[in-house]
Amino acid sequence: MKILVAVKRVIDYNVQIRVKEDGTGIVTDNVKMSTNPPDDNAIEEAVKIKETGKATEVVAITVGEEKAQETVRKALAVGADRGIHVKVDGILEPLAVSKILQKIVDKEKPDLVFMGKQAIDDDCNQTGQMLSALLNWPQATFASKIDVKDNKLEVTREIDEGLETIEINTPAIVTCDLRLNEPRYASLPNIMKAKKKPIEEIAASELGVDASPRLEQLKVEEPPKRKAGIKVANVAELVQKLKNEAKVI
Amino acid sequence: MAVLLIAEHNNKELRPFTLNAATAASQIDSDVHAVIIGQNSSTAVKQLSELPVVKKVLSVEATHYENFTAENYSPVIVKLAENYSHIVCSANTFGKNLMPRIAAHLDTSQVSDIIKVISPDTFLRPIYAGNAFATIKSNDVKKCVTIRPTSFDPCESTGGSAPIEKVEASEEFSNTKFIKREEIKSDRPELGTARIVVSGGRGMQSGDNFKLITEIADKLGAAIGASRAAVDAGYISNDHQVGQTGKVVVPDLYIAIGISGAIQHLAGMKESKIIVAINKDGEAPIFSVADYGLEADLFEALPQFMEELNKLNTIQK
Repeated sequence: MKILVAVKRVIDYNVQIRVKEDGTGIVTDNVKMSTNPPDDNAIEEAVKIKETGKATEVVAITVGEEKAQETVRKALAVGADRGIHVKVDGILEPLAVSKILQKIVDKEKPDLVFMGKQAIDDDCNQTGQMLSALLNWPQATFASKIDVKDNKLEVTREIDEGLETIEINTPAIVTCDLRLNEPRYASLPNIMKAKKKPIEEIAASELGVDASPRLEQLKVEEPPKRKAGIKVANVAELVQKLKNEAKVI
Repeated sequence: MAVLLIAEHNNKELRPFTLNAATAASQIDSDVHAVIIGQNSSTAVKQLSELPVVKKVLSVEATHYENFTAENYSPVIVKLAENYSHIVCSANTFGKNLMPRIAAHLDTSQVSDIIKVISPDTFLRPIYAGNAFATIKSNDVKKCVTIRPTSFDPCESTGGSAPIEKVEASEEFSNTKFIKREEIKSDRPELGTARIVVSGGRGMQSGDNFKLITEIADKLGAAIGASRAAVDAGYISNDHQVGQTGKVVVPDLYIAIGISGAIQHLAGMKESKIIVAINKDGEAPIFSVADYGLEADLFEALPQFMEELNKLNTIQK
């Protein structure tokens, strides 16, 4: 079984982002970038499945600018076998990414495609579902547990009401929740080894996909700031304020 | 052209966020039709027809719709989409799972999780965990939009009498099989719609200690929330998680207990009307969004809080 895992480079989750003064976007110069957190869970799960002998190859793919390749290199350092980097500059929407991934799936013929459930930059939560639509494959979104059984997966999904379990036939798409596993850190020897693993570079134009954005981002602004509140001295004062000032209890 | 609203339900009744999505749909265009896909869902169909903003109900029934799988839902909606300019549903796990599948089939770039309809083609949506707002214009012929339910008021639920039209079912998608759903039943208000939410974080130190929160929540008629740290640590189940990758809540009162206030948590609660933070670390970021902050050990403060509540003659419910 072959697993393709899609990873995205985003502003590190610990960074307090800043909006550009001209309202055209977010400041990314000299800002720490990392792999989108749930994409790390996707890689970890694929590598774990390979370690149990149920998968033979894990291929990491990213779609994006030159530096996006760092995320593939990191995936190689934690156990992916080889990488693919589809180079595209500028804003990429999930629809375009899913069309590019579709072309790669046609070529690589993986049995499973894993990725994070959501990217923490645009918060779209679309790419996995779109890819499964384009391929007409089953989808298991928000996965917090995966059991591999021959040509099937049993997946536990985190839904608003609690948990849902579904069984999907491969080939299939799984989008991963942060609770799926605990991603490992890359050891220094493995980081060195990863430098020798191959990353295939493909220009998006070679794939015949129009990746230009379809949505116009008219403006990016800071959300309204909350007024600074007060500190109360004790519980009695807190309850009095809630009762008589805020009138919420 | 009219707007098509996708109703969320459990075959017995409409799920509450359908009403919020209906409001958003009606702000895009007053001609709102609603599709409801299920099995033995006649009560929910009737409820949908009674929403005054809904002008027509399209009902699709078949056994393979019983568990709302996106793979079965999407072909029906894609076919219906021919007659509509917009497809709308909630950006909860139901809509997040479903809408992109429809959008990809329609070759449309979806606009996710909008918090405001600026015009029929322009929407406001949060990005970066709500640390920025983006104004997005869609030039696609069909627009697929998911709405953040807590940013739109629920519509009126009675008084309408929209005609109900039966629509033919699509074929079953056989590669996905539903096995089970474990819903956590509770007598408390739903987290997404509760007027008061009491949330606990890593500072609670154990699942057992959450009973201090349960007690207060019961007294206030509140829902119980949690930070991701508390859910990951196994103190409480995932359906309680508030934040960027959990639920977004906008209650009148949000009480954050032992929660430091990572940006991912703030993303899920900082629009609440009144925020209270109880934390022993006076530097915790949660205090920067709190209207009332109490720097205290929660294991001393919570029993006192309960005592003070017991002294009150009346408590709003």
